Amino acid sequence: MATYDELTLPIRLFMRGYPFSRYAIADNPCATLAKPLSECKFALVTTAGLRLADDDPFDHSLKLGDTSFRVIPNDVIVQELIEDHKSSSFDHSGVKADKNMALPLERFRELEKRGVIGSLNSRHFSFMGSIIGPRPLIKESAPAVAELLKADGVDAVFLTPV
Amino acid sequence: MCVQAVGLIGAEIERHGIATVSISLLNEVTSVIRPPRALFVPYKLGFPLGEPNNPELQHRVIEEALELLHENDLPILRALNLER
Repeated sequence: MATYDELTLPIRLFMRGYPFSRYAIADNPCATLAKPLSECKFALVTTAGLRLADDDPFDHSLKLGDTSFRVIPNDVIVQELIEDHKSSSFDHSGVKADKNMALPLERFRELEKRGVIGSLNSRHFSFMGSIIGPRPLIKESAPAVAELLKADGVDAVFLTPV
Repeated sequence: MCVQAVGLIGAEIERHGIATVSISLLNEVTSVIRPPRALFVPYKLGFPLGEPNNPELQHRVIEEALELLHENDLPILRALNLER
């Protein structure tokens, strides 16, 4: 189980001192899913910093974090994605061995084939974690992705951190 | 920090009228950030779906998360229970 205790001392102290409550979601947003999963179009979102080989890398030099995102086409070869997450606070070996750990596209293709979900969107979205200053994420890049998902007619989104 | 980012992105998507569910690896963070629907999993950071190349386990985690999508008394933070 992940708790602060498994983190290295500097990261544990950072996490204990970080003002998470400043970013608490106060308005309890709720979108009601009015149909069964078998009729829903799904998209995936991850903060594992995955990208295509020919995408621009995420910018590891930004002190407050890179709040940009990359588009992952639905027909991508999952295991060919590049893992570009800068954080040293977690063990990267799981995602490197199997990209489905962070972007479980092969699992969702199986769910689509079995009829558990209706369909998969034509694109999915990948962010970088390690965002110390999330204001641009809240104000710009997350709403931008939400607009794209809405334009695509997506019904439900599955999100995975690392 | 990933857990915070996932929660914030999920909330923004939810505000646009799309239902979301996220995986949480840190109860301490998710209980403060309060994303709409989250499944807390007992795995270490970097292993949100349990194990690499274990499709069966990955499916069990995903399907338990998807069950939360029809919950509308939000926020909801449930712990993974593979014993069910």
